Amino acid sequence: MKNPLDSLWGTIICGLILTVILYFMVKGILG
Amino acid sequence: MDYVPALARWIHFMAGVMWIGLLYYFNFVQVAAMKAATADGTAAGISKHVAPRALLFFRWSAVVTWLAGATLLGNQFGNAFLFRGGMAGIGVGAWLGTIMLFNVWVLIWPNQQKILGLKPATDEEKNHARRVAFLASRTNTMLSIPMLFFMAGGWSHRALFGL
Repeated sequence: MKNPLDSLWGTIICGLILTVILYFMVKGILG
Repeated sequence: MDYVPALARWIHFMAGVMWIGLLYYFNFVQVAAMKAATADGTAAGISKHVAPRALLFFRWSAVVTWLAGATLLGNQFGNAFLFRGGMAGIGVGAWLGTIMLFNVWVLIWPNQQKILGLKPATDEEKNHARRVAFLASRTNTMLSIPMLFFMAGGWSHRALFGL
């Protein structure tokens, strides 16, 4: 599988997905 | 007025703009420019005159950003990094910024020194250094997206996002 970080769009999409995951993690911590 | 947090926030923003601005310059401009410049034999102009200067401001603005951010957190520093006391939002931003600072000084800068010939390295070591520095830089670009979300929205405007 190609590393998504090799392309700029892959990097941006990974960053956006990580933002959503961390958002729900923080929401969970804050209750 | 409390001068220390006000000055720390100002410095944090200015140094942060320089750090992330140069990070985006490397990833959105210089990587593609180097490829094109290598093809027409003009890459030395970038690697000799542009990259070392950009890296100087890049790595030191990263340090200033982190120190000003830590000053700004003040006595909430521990709560932020331990996600306590309603500080989880800015805490995630602080952790991401810290990981990025680590990447700059431990992965990007030492490998860039080999690539730019500031440190002796064989061709094989240079190729390996190029890949490590590239991936660390791309990782920081990826991490900057949630980092900026939590820095901007994780504290002062946290109500907007229900955080």
